[in-house]
Amino acid sequence: MWSLENITKSVDSWLNLQFSPTIAFLIEAVIIMVLVIGLFAFLGLVLVYMERKVSSFMQIRLGPNRVGPMGIFQTAADTLKLIVKEGFTPNNVDKFLFNLAPFIVMVVAMVVLAPFAFSKGFQIWDVNVGIFFITAVSSLGVIGILTAGWSSNNKYSLLGAMRSGAQIVSYELSAGLTILVIVMLTGSLRISDIINAQADGWWIFKGHIPAIIAFVIYIIAATAETNRAPFDMAEAESELTAGFHTEYSGMKFALFFLAEYANVFIVCAIGATLFLGGWMPLHFGENNWFNTIMDYIPGIVWFFGKAFFLIFVIMWFRWTFPRLRIDQLLNLEWKYLLPISLFNLLLATVIAITGWHF
Amino acid sequence: MYRQSEILDRSGHDGYMVINVGPQHPATHGVLHFVITLNGETIIKLEPHIGYIHRSIEKMCESLNYRQFVYTTSRMDYLSSHINNHACCLAVEKGLELEIPPRAQIIRILMDELTRLASHQLWWGSMAMDIGALTPFFHAFREREMITDIFEDTCGTRLTMNYMVPGGVMADLHPDFQQKVKVFLKQFQEKLPEYDELVTGNIIFQNRTKGVGILSKEDAISYGVSGPTARASGVSCDVRKLYPYGVYDKLDFKEITDTGCDTWARYIVRMEEMRQSIHIIEQLIDNIPDGDFQAKTKAVLKLPKGEYYSRVETARGELGVYIVSEGGTTPYRIKFRSPGFSNLSAMETMVKGGKIGDFVAVMGSVDLVIPDIDR
Repeated sequence: MWSLENITKSVDSWLNLQFSPTIAFLIEAVIIMVLVIGLFAFLGLVLVYMERKVSSFMQIRLGPNRVGPMGIFQTAADTLKLIVKEGFTPNNVDKFLFNLAPFIVMVVAMVVLAPFAFSKGFQIWDVNVGIFFITAVSSLGVIGILTAGWSSNNKYSLLGAMRSGAQIVSYELSAGLTILVIVMLTGSLRISDIINAQADGWWIFKGHIPAIIAFVIYIIAATAETNRAPFDMAEAESELTAGFHTEYSGMKFALFFLAEYANVFIVCAIGATLFLGGWMPLHFGENNWFNTIMDYIPGIVWFFGKAFFLIFVIMWFRWTFPRLRIDQLLNLEWKYLLPISLFNLLLATVIAITGWHF
Repeated sequence: MYRQSEILDRSGHDGYMVINVGPQHPATHGVLHFVITLNGETIIKLEPHIGYIHRSIEKMCESLNYRQFVYTTSRMDYLSSHINNHACCLAVEKGLELEIPPRAQIIRILMDELTRLASHQLWWGSMAMDIGALTPFFHAFREREMITDIFEDTCGTRLTMNYMVPGGVMADLHPDFQQKVKVFLKQFQEKLPEYDELVTGNIIFQNRTKGVGILSKEDAISYGVSGPTARASGVSCDVRKLYPYGVYDKLDFKEITDTGCDTWARYIVRMEEMRQSIHIIEQLIDNIPDGDFQAKTKAVLKLPKGEYYSRVETARGELGVYIVSEGGTTPYRIKFRSPGFSNLSAMETMVKGGKIGDFVAVMGSVDLVIPDIDR
């Protein structure tokens, strides 16, 4: 079985052999930056195309089919159109904050990627508080949305931003508590430890009922945190036209748009890492032919496959559910999900202490 | 701009926020303008500003003769143009004391009910879209497309049909009409449970609509609300039952009323009305009598001096056509009593104290067509 670990290790040792450690580190940083930006471009292209195809599949239509075979260059054409549009700043907006907001959202989405393990040994930064880092940084994204809503000098934007603020702050709690369940079962905040603990089975299978409850709540909270339907209160196009990005156009809008899809990928990747074993292949039992075949599939395929499966689920939600009202949204979190997650955490603690999980 | 200064003046007092919903806004389905005073998310006051699509159809009608003015009414409530034309024809025929051939009578009712189905399908899709579910819209249009195809075969157009003329209908039915309608009915009845699965049974949809936008029976009567909106408040007001026109008095169908008074009740009433319309079409489709499709009329119609009034049940409520004739070839004065205008006036009662999300849900359930309000 080949793995990306060998490639990263050999690149690292070769660079350290050729250059001084500082230079080697800088070169590695540049490589990582290029890879992250490349990943974002890839996500933007693939996820927008995927959303269009998934939605058109559900809405009995064909979706993009003109630009390139099966319309695969549609997103590229759209991006080109957005890039050549004027970077327009309306009058009477807070110019500094208005122009800063899209970058905050985008940079946050990029920074969150740091502790992600895409495959065995293919990780930017295996920090010992990895999952904590992810939750801490990803909650900064709301600042960008609030900034955009406030600086736009538009009432719809303001309403959208306030909704988004209330929503993200609330659903962070549930998301955090469900993540804690897995941290409790693993006994570590380090991403690589969490994945290694799932070598003999994913947490959703091993963790009994608490893990399943946590997974369901996590998916709900993740949908809410990324501001997607049925929780797209911040945008709510039939109510607030476009919510917090009403006044944005051109590339600034595209950054919000891209950040939304990057965030969708991020929350789904976290879900895949915590509950579905990250890059670990699917194993049943021990040493049978099925496991051997599964081992031949590279870890990166497993990781992206799981993440894209969860992304598909979230898109499925979006195209079939109506939108909640803002008070119902907050009721759902504070009256149902939060108590359930707290109780679930208690249950998980008992299971982790007594060692009842597999 | 008129009122602009007033709008700006009021904002900032009392910590309330005034937002303009429309004239370009996805929730208003047209150029309707609401000035909404908000306290946070709660609606304190709602003020509709109309007139953005006013074409003075009533004034225009005064210079058109009794054959021509019928066609302007297709542009009022463009989703029920057959029914609008029917109302005008009824008023003119009342004046001329024309006897309509039985075939034309049945064709008219069939067209009316197909129009009602098409209109309710569009409403179903757009209400779900207002509430945030985008997919039902396409499913509704899949079936609506079949109806517009049927119309296109017989009438030549898909939206503003102008098919009914004083004395009957303009042309005979397309030979495929009966077969196509049967195919449509079969498919639609298969898909209705799908509609229910997708939207009616959805818990989020029910939470968004139940107990939202209450319009009490008393309010509904005092605002002159009609159609499914009033029937959902327990007011029995179906013109087809109370003042039957055409052959409605010989048909078997139920007037759907509900005492829920909320958005959910309005949704259920319209869904049931679709089933009733199917029932009506099923009764008629195999029983279209042979004969003329148009009564013999003079080339130039002249109504005797007097006043004529006819009322029909459109997909949205009661449409009244009031003609004052001086005995000439053109009406002296025409007044339309459009359902949308009265239903719009009850909006503030329904949404006051609710959230912005409720306002959108109520807008969807009342099913306003803006050109019908402005005329």
